[in-house]
Amino acid sequence: MRIPILKLYNCLLVSIQWELDDQTALQFQEDLLHKIHETGANGVVIDLTSIDFIDSFIAKVLGDVINMSNLMGVKVVITGIQPAVAITLIELGIGLDNVLTALDLEKGLEKLQQELGE
Amino acid sequence: MSIQSCVTIINEWDIVAARQLGRNVAKELGFGIVDQARITTAISELARNIFLYAGKGQICIDKLNEGGKVGLAINATDNGPGISDIRQVMEDGFSTSGGLGAGLPGVKRLMDQFDIESSPGDGTKIKATKWLR
Repeated sequence: MRIPILKLYNCLLVSIQWELDDQTALQFQEDLLHKIHETGANGVVIDLTSIDFIDSFIAKVLGDVINMSNLMGVKVVITGIQPAVAITLIELGIGLDNVLTALDLEKGLEKLQQELGE
Repeated sequence: MSIQSCVTIINEWDIVAARQLGRNVAKELGFGIVDQARITTAISELARNIFLYAGKGQICIDKLNEGGKVGLAINATDNGPGISDIRQVMEDGFSTSGGLGAGLPGVKRLMDQFDIESSPGDGTKIKATKWLR
């Protein structure tokens, strides 16, 4: 199954709604970069509200896609990380340093607009 | 006393199956949301290590009840190449795969007890336990 990527004005919106397997995660990486290229979007919000755990593989795929998007000149904000996910990621030793985050989608979109200076 | 169920790890889908099994057992035993996430994550990391380094192995989930103490044990076993320097792999930041698969120290932090037995050519046996508080 592919993760839907929606365009909203100059941004792309992604809400990950189910547990990611390796293939879906890697497919998403490619799909997002192609969508950025295709739409000319300036920013991306990836919402993880429905995700109840993130292992080191998913964290690496997410971190990589953020760096790849940055290379293309696009800012990415991650939103909706649940308390249990934050706790396990830090205990696992994954800080996702230098990643823009916000509590929820609304705050994420605000943050993105600030970052983009709009 | 313990009741065991197992998943054989051969491909990426088995990693998903193993963590779903673990999450279901954790839920059933009454673990909270955060401990469920810890257990699920630990299983995912151990299953991925099997997939990446050994190619094939098994994840077994034990329901424990020791003198009224309820817990869950993850048993990860494989007949892969084994680990020559266990102390080295238990150091934060050590990886032979460039960041894929987890550090075992991370798994140790997620769980309450962590035991590892391994020697080159003999495979690896890891037992990680979480107790219900």
